[in-house]
Amino acid sequence: MATAQTRTLARIMMAPSVIVLLIWMIVPLVMTLWFSFQNYSLINPMMTGFAGWANYLYVIGDPSFTQSLVNTLILVGGVLLITVIGGTFLALLLDQPIWGQGILRIIVISPFFVMPPVAALIWKNGFMHPGYGMLGHLWKFFGLQPVDWFNQYPLFSVIVIVAWQWLPFATLILLTALQSLSEEQREAAEMDGANAINRFRYIILPHMARSITIVILIQTIFLLGIFAEIRVTTGGGPGYASTNIAFLVFRTGILSNDIGAGSAGGVVAVILANIVAFFLMRAVGKNLDA
Amino acid sequence: MARNVPVETRIGFTILAWAVALLLFSPILWVLLTAFKTEAEAIAATPTFFPQNFTLENFAAVQDRSDYFKHATNSILVSVGSTLLGLVIGIPAAWSMAFAPSKKTKDILMWMLSTKMMPAVGVLIPIYLIFRDLRLLDTVHGLTLIMTLINLPIIIWMLYTYFKEIPVDILEAARMDGAELWNEITHVLVPMAVPGIASTLLLNVILAWNEAFWTITLTSGRAGTLTAFISSFSSPQGLFLAKLSAASLLAIAPILLMGWFSQKQLVRGLTFGAVK
Repeated sequence: MATAQTRTLARIMMAPSVIVLLIWMIVPLVMTLWFSFQNYSLINPMMTGFAGWANYLYVIGDPSFTQSLVNTLILVGGVLLITVIGGTFLALLLDQPIWGQGILRIIVISPFFVMPPVAALIWKNGFMHPGYGMLGHLWKFFGLQPVDWFNQYPLFSVIVIVAWQWLPFATLILLTALQSLSEEQREAAEMDGANAINRFRYIILPHMARSITIVILIQTIFLLGIFAEIRVTTGGGPGYASTNIAFLVFRTGILSNDIGAGSAGGVVAVILANIVAFFLMRAVGKNLDA
Repeated sequence: MARNVPVETRIGFTILAWAVALLLFSPILWVLLTAFKTEAEAIAATPTFFPQNFTLENFAAVQDRSDYFKHATNSILVSVGSTLLGLVIGIPAAWSMAFAPSKKTKDILMWMLSTKMMPAVGVLIPIYLIFRDLRLLDTVHGLTLIMTLINLPIIIWMLYTYFKEIPVDILEAARMDGAELWNEITHVLVPMAVPGIASTLLLNVILAWNEAFWTITLTSGRAGTLTAFISSFSSPQGLFLAKLSAASLLAIAPILLMGWFSQKQLVRGLTFGAVK
């Protein structure tokens, strides 16, 4: 139905978006790649010239890199585990015949709209602070020594904060999927004598599989780049205990002004994200046809 | 929910659900309550639930200390500005992909989404240096530009899924009835597209408002948005608890309200219609 004229018009209408995104993708990436092979420090202007693989060897050889990589994986994995399992249970709970379901949905989704630095600061000062935090008071109430969360369990503390922010997202998506399950299907299974566990395993879980995949994939994109939560709570420390790749690149490139090494770290982050993106694209691509 | 369940079960589930929901909500509730306490009460050894001496002094103090209104204005300018700019560029693209698709449309959409997967740290250093050389560091328009770029793929995708649902038949029917192009656009297309555009606008304002990575790395005092403003409160741990709460409340309240009103459209928008 599209005539040659509409095709031309369509191309013209798409051009700005395509050009802008093309520039946005190519220019900085090429520059990052270029810097990653250069000796380039903002502090020491004498450092110039081709560096070969030196920046990569420096970044990858640095123990903080290995730890950041492991931290990144633990952070993403831990948050996914909590939000997907927690989200499934919460969605099942909210799907029950309860009073005030509409209001509950709104209350449960709220943490998703809290900006990351605020979320981190609320938890840091209001809940996890050993002196003034709610958890500190709770521990004291039971006669226990309050825990200094960010010094003793820094990565775990960051995971808790991030999971709190993303649990609503998982719950909302999974609840929507759950509510699209037809009532007849459930009743038929009930008639056939399937108990709650079997109904969950053979009917509900397969029905939710696709939305669980989408939740995992979308969250992974965002979780790989966790930054503000670390910046305002632990600053990546103590040591490198809560530094992830995103924070490491920020620290090397911007705080330490080592453009070369920071860029090499950035390239590694891009490669890491692309491995994830590869699987994401395939999953989303399938959904597009549906 | 039309299922018949015993009333005891219903009461049980209701209590459990409310308990869990309030537990999740408690950090926000805590901010809300602490914001109206005095500083001494906020850090008292015996915590109070409701403010004993209800006060508004924290809000005044926040404004005095670091000019909340300036940062809020920056947040509004950047989030609304970048969304509008994104819509201006994105609407024609999404429109043509939905109504005049070619074999490459799907590939282009995929590619656009893939730019969203590029980690910000991978491009931070070049952007930082380009901004430094162009004197765009710590400027509202520089930040708006970045925000437009990072959210454009989402804008196009959301609009595309909404436009896709406008039936082509209706357009053709209108054309058969002799509607002129202008009438077709104003009377048929626009009214059907407005809800989708509105949801896209809303969700992207929320996303841009809460964006923290670029605001923290590219701005300082002058063009800082509320995310950067709040991050500056991170150093004195545990101090100024009431003022921190007041500032936090001011920063999240507008978006929280918007989020509550738009939660129905949210699922569609966040998953590009992949979950129904």
